[in-house]
Amino acid sequence: MDSITIIAMVSIIIAGLTTALGCMFPALSEGKSVAAALSAIAQQPDAAPTITRTLFVGLAMIESTAIYSFVVTGGIF
Amino acid sequence: MKLSPDQTIFWAHGFFNINLTLVTTWGLMLLLVLVSAIITRKLKSDMQISRWQSMLEIVVTGINSEIKGVGLNNPQLYIGFIGTLFLFIATANVLIVFPWYQPPTGSLSTTAALAISVFIAVPFFGIKQKGVLAYLKSYLQPTFIMLPFNLISELSRTLALAIRLFGNIMSGGMIVAILLSITPFIFPIVMKALGLLIGMVQAYIFSILATVYIAAAVQVPKKSDNTNSVTN
Repeated sequence: MDSITIIAMVSIIIAGLTTALGCMFPALSEGKSVAAALSAIAQQPDAAPTITRTLFVGLAMIESTAIYSFVVTGGIF
Repeated sequence: MKLSPDQTIFWAHGFFNINLTLVTTWGLMLLLVLVSAIITRKLKSDMQISRWQSMLEIVVTGINSEIKGVGLNNPQLYIGFIGTLFLFIATANVLIVFPWYQPPTGSLSTTAALAISVFIAVPFFGIKQKGVLAYLKSYLQPTFIMLPFNLISELSRTLALAIRLFGNIMSGGMIVAILLSITPFIFPIVMKALGLLIGMVQAYIFSILATVYIAAAVQVPKKSDNTNSVTN
């Protein structure tokens, strides 16, 4: 194997790892925040609009870490 | 398989080319402007208003109350920008119910343009409300050590805005295209319906994030507790 092949192989493996880890942990944390928001809405249904809006903003913030790893994956792939 | 509407090129001359993204975007703008112009040509304030005026009033008051909920107390200053963003993205994403329509938000150039307009609008509204010095001083909050991090967050959130919308819409189209080759019978329709939901949620997220960024830029420092409770 010449060095170009090794570099291509390693970058494909790293791209897969980046996507795997970068999807796994944001998914876990998004699940946690949605669960917390659901229990908060169940306790206080009156505050549902505020909680939902805050939840969406927070989800977008968490999701941006996954987006960063997606961008990096696209960059190295 | 054409993944992006950028790849369908109608006319090209050197650096400039007219692709499907541009054509669809101008068509959408024309549609939105024409529909609004036709509806608002005969506005009434009677007891009996037309159905279309009622629909527009629901949309406008809904956007106003959402903006006010984030902490901007004069929504009429901002609805021109934020409401346009929401209506454009929502229309662009909902029209995928029509066959052969490719949403322009599935192209990175459209979403980058929208994100850059947010990137410009945030200092614009901040300077308009607080003045140049007070706005620039907000980059030194809480201490001057945070200046590079504030600048980086300004750039990275613009990037995240663009990539989030692009990635969600593009992946929706790609899933349907892949499913068409594997199980072309029912499942693409289900995913298309999910794409409608994702499109509306992404339009909401894009505009609510733009609102939060503008609210963070125009807030008066003494009332920072109010907005922080929303963003955190």
